[in-house]
Amino acid sequence: MALSRKVGLFAGAKYKGGGPMLAWALHRISGLGIITFVALHVIASFLTQQLGSDLGISINIIYQSIYFQLFIVFCAIFHGVNGFRIIVLDIWPRLIRYQKESTWLEWFVILPLFILTAFIMIRRFLAG
Amino acid sequence: MRSRTMPRPSLNLEFLMWIFTRLSGVTLILLVVMGISLGLFMGARTQMDMGTLMRWSFFPNPSHVLDSEIPDLYLWSNGFWQIIQILVVVFAATHGFNGLRVVIEDYSSPGFWQAFLRFMIFLLWIFCSLVGIYVILGS
Repeated sequence: MALSRKVGLFAGAKYKGGGPMLAWALHRISGLGIITFVALHVIASFLTQQLGSDLGISINIIYQSIYFQLFIVFCAIFHGVNGFRIIVLDIWPRLIRYQKESTWLEWFVILPLFILTAFIMIRRFLAG
Repeated sequence: MRSRTMPRPSLNLEFLMWIFTRLSGVTLILLVVMGISLGLFMGARTQMDMGTLMRWSFFPNPSHVLDSEIPDLYLWSNGFWQIIQILVVVFAATHGFNGLRVVIEDYSSPGFWQAFLRFMIFLLWIFCSLVGIYVILGS
């Protein structure tokens, strides 16, 4: 590492990165959320399918809760759309000048997608 | 800011994985779009709720659509979807565990523990890919 990055959590949180920094942090958090979900789910389905174990079923019950599903849906939508924004900025480096505006633009895509999905999921959940 | 010439990237792991992350990201988005549209084409519009269709397009495994109203599974479980699932698993595992490696290397300094964590991630990557393929071929 060429840079020394001895920056504490609070100093990092006070740094005024704005929209792009929020997108960067959420990209990491949502990526870690997805990889946790997918790795556990692969192992759980292996346990249920091949060994018929109850551990896999009990892991699957966690996934089926509405809170976990809402979290994973947000992670997947955000990670996908933000990743697409990153790819576009990487292919056309001139657009880096507008990266703050691009994070605004991506929220205009993410929020309707997520809110509509969450609305339908919660309505189904409340209906039973 | 004056323009400057960028140095030619050398062909190391970081550069290759940088390229791979972009390519596999686009590929995964396209595979999800394909899952949604082919799912709707195969009758999900009237026979499935939205959660089931999303679970299907996230990972087109026939056991994800078992609790819906589709009459039989022959459109939803065949060699084509098995190939698509293997593509999804391999691309997603490589993309995801490489991302985990990048995050861990950001918060650790080079040394024994970083090498150890890299090795553990490598083992997890191999394990998850093989177990995923095994589950796909067995379901």
